[in-house]
Amino acid sequence: MLGPQSSLVMYDEEYQRILLLLERLLRESNSKVIFLVDKNGQLIAATGETANLDTTSLASLTAGNIAATGGLAKLIGEKEFSILFHEGEKDNIHISIIGGRVILVVIFDQRSSLGLVRLRVKKASNELAIVFEDLVNKTEQEAMSNSAPSPFAEITDDDIDNLFN
Amino acid sequence: MSFINYASREINCKIVYYGPGLCGKTTNLQFIYNKTAEESKGKMISLATETERTLFFDFLPLALGEIRGFKTRFHLYTVPGQVFYDASRKLILKGVDGVVFVADSQEERFDANIESLENLKDNLEEQGFDLEKLPFVIQYNKRDLPNLSSIEELSNLLNPRKVPELEGCAMTGEGVFETLKAVAKLVLNDLKKGG
Repeated sequence: MLGPQSSLVMYDEEYQRILLLLERLLRESNSKVIFLVDKNGQLIAATGETANLDTTSLASLTAGNIAATGGLAKLIGEKEFSILFHEGEKDNIHISIIGGRVILVVIFDQRSSLGLVRLRVKKASNELAIVFEDLVNKTEQEAMSNSAPSPFAEITDDDIDNLFN
Repeated sequence: MSFINYASREINCKIVYYGPGLCGKTTNLQFIYNKTAEESKGKMISLATETERTLFFDFLPLALGEIRGFKTRFHLYTVPGQVFYDASRKLILKGVDGVVFVADSQEERFDANIESLENLKDNLEEQGFDLEKLPFVIQYNKRDLPNLSSIEELSNLLNPRKVPELEGCAMTGEGVFETLKAVAKLVLNDLKKGG
């Protein structure tokens, strides 16, 4: 499991595996949009009808939501609430925590149902958790072997200054 | 902590603006939002009360440009400054990469600054962070007002470690981008060290 303070690193291979899993979940659960967010509010991946959606804001608010309900959980002696569900007039949001650090968000309407979404999410969660396990192992190995130096090791002050010009 | 995405060649960092109630954290973000080109910013979200006091947080995503082929994105957050929102403040600090402490330079807010800084240290500790080791800058805000504590006085008390400190007036924007730049620099330098 990813620690709360370790940097999240995403590689191409794992990203593709995640996308495939999300796309399959989208089909099998008949949902509209699915996205995956780091608990710190960073968007990891998204699929479905995302064109008119502000996914960055959604990611940040989802993480805030999970953080707030996590705080509530602790107050009553629970570790966390691993599933949240918001019901709207047309669209609904199903939010669940994967592997302790990543948040899976499924947006669906009347073409699907809460039962179906819960069922499919459960299966996909286990598979996604494995990818994130692999990702953590890979990150650790890369860090230990030092074979590929960080692309940021060579950053100069000029590079940073240029960002603000 | 930072999120490095090799798949989309992006690097995301989280910066939190901290400080006592009404010190100008939200005003800092609003100024940045107003002065940033459309293509470089996302929507600014403010979870505020009806009287425009921050209830949970403000959020502003910024895309600063590329470094070594990686798109650099900063997510700016503010915390609610009012003392009784402490539970919410702790949550915002999760996964922070850099902190800006916005101090209110007015004499009557002297104690509030100290209290808020102590609160920041405590809350960071609870999340497993040490302020001494985190990219950290201080902005002495509201320098346009009449009843001010001197910079020397503020600095002695709030900045014993002598981290970068800047004078500001968030209403007019003075020092706002300089502050952001100072903290972004520290965060990126941290990244360079592999932090």
